[in-house]
Amino acid sequence: MTDTAVESGVLTRTLTVSVNGTGRSAEVENRLLLVHFLRETLGLTGTHVGCDTTSCGACTVLLDGVPVKSCTVLAVGVEGREITTVEGLAGAGGLSPVQEGFHQEHGLQCGFCTPGMMLASTALLAENPDPSEEEIRWALSGNICRCTGYQNIVKAVQYAAAKMKEEH
Amino acid sequence: MYPATFEYHAPASVEEAISLLERYGDEAKLLAGGQSLIPLMKLRFASPRALVDVNRIEGLDSIGEDDGHLAIGALVRHKDCERSEALRGRYGVLGDAAPQISDPIVRNLGTVAGSLAHADPQGDWGSALLAAGAHVEAVGPGGTRTIELDELFQGPFTTCLEPTEVVTSVRVPDPGPRAGGTYLKLERKVGDFATVGVAVHVSLDNGTVRRAGIALTAVGPRNLRARTAEEALAGATLDDDTIREAAELAAEAAQPRSDHRGSADYKRNVVRVFTERGLRKAAETAQAA
Ligand SMILES: Cc1cc2nc3c(=O)[nH]c(=O)nc-3n(C[C@H](O)[C@H](O)[C@H](O)COP(=O)(O)OP(=O)(O)OC[C@H]3O[C@@H](n4cnc5c(N)ncnc54)[C@H](O)[C@@H]3O)c2cc1C
Ligand code: FES
Ligand code: FES
Repeated sequence: MTDTAVESGVLTRTLTVSVNGTGRSAEVENRLLLVHFLRETLGLTGTHVGCDTTSCGACTVLLDGVPVKSCTVLAVGVEGREITTVEGLAGAGGLSPVQEGFHQEHGLQCGFCTPGMMLASTALLAENPDPSEEEIRWALSGNICRCTGYQNIVKAVQYAAAKMKEEH
Repeated sequence: MYPATFEYHAPASVEEAISLLERYGDEAKLLAGGQSLIPLMKLRFASPRALVDVNRIEGLDSIGEDDGHLAIGALVRHKDCERSEALRGRYGVLGDAAPQISDPIVRNLGTVAGSLAHADPQGDWGSALLAAGAHVEAVGPGGTRTIELDELFQGPFTTCLEPTEVVTSVRVPDPGPRAGGTYLKLERKVGDFATVGVAVHVSLDNGTVRRAGIALTAVGPRNLRARTAEEALAGATLDDDTIREAAELAAEAAQPRSDHRGSADYKRNVVRVFTERGLRKAAETAQAA
């Protein structure tokens, strides 16, 4: 894959990515951040902007399954890759185990941090289906919540882990 | 916050990256994990005319033994180091540093090489790798050169890299079978930079210290080597008196400043305590090997 298409002075690109399993393509500015591509270009406003300085994790999405802060990723940098946002968590059978856990265990109050929390939790459980409380807290330590005190977020992830075990 | 406009290239090889850098003179920047550069561009502290994104270059993402060294490719992420078995035990100074950098999500993207090239005096890799005696391999239009970290770091956010050079790997010399180390970091909360960090890496030969590396984070204009402490340890046995003396020397080598994270005196004291603790742990690992 050589990169000869871009000439000096060109400030935009055609970007093709898979978002929640659907191929999406758009002409974007090179400087467009992934979070704005999702929210503004695609209208997927479930991904939030909190601090805009790489600190809070509200903008967390999965890039090929790995949590990243989409306020600190260039949209053009994810060409050809797979993005999962909160809109992609629920399946045909309804809420995902993590979503159900946040619902059942009151893992949210205002909900601002919740999409990022759920994506980071989803990635944790994909890698470690039976995490200890400490492992959950560690995995979510890049996501800040102003409301809950985290207690119920931990319980939500434990609920999801138990639910996933049951389903297998 | 939006970065200023820029041209964007995603070359498939190091050669292609270098020729792009040459084309822009000093107006282009390499983009690796983006976890330092993108925030700077959003704040408009950096507004390069072009970005050369190295993430599509293959073969730069592995950690492995190579010719008497542990080679860490330029696209190895902090998270890869946190998970790597190779960075435990003898290379414990690196394995212990990795999970203390930033937060788990930033660690998924940030790279070791990008941290070194960024040369933040508060960066953790700079100290861990200085203590381990590492160098980088940088490829430019004229070929490859080896740069010792002590030479790489010129000052705050300043390295001796040419604008047309790409770091391709970070190389840590094999410390031999009886070695150990650790990285101790005081931070106010997850994701914060160090108030103080101390890296310790020791290799033993017949019970005495063959080489000791001690480096300090956030207590100077760059990651500092505590040379006098290292020299005092060379050839010595790691007994209580030697360890305490080295810890005093490391504290003297620190150049802390008072700020919102703590007073200069406090930070100097933390350097002393961390050096002592670090040396005890390093000795334990090395002697058990
Ligand atoms: C919230 C937050 C907290 C953080 N906390 C810490 C912390 O506690 N400790 C810590 O050490 N770091 C911390 N960081 C910084 C983080 O570790 C970065 O990942 C790292 O400093 C830069 O690596 P990068 O791959 O993201 O580089 P980039 O941001 O892509 O690049 C940084 C610089 O290096 C240059 N560069 C990148 N790759 C190369 C290469 N191969 N050759 C030559 N030049 C290159 C770029 O041109 C740029 O100038 C934090 C960052 C954030 C956002
Ligand atoms: S909005 Fe991206 S980390 Fe806060
Ligand atoms: S629920 Fe309000 S910030 Fe977490």
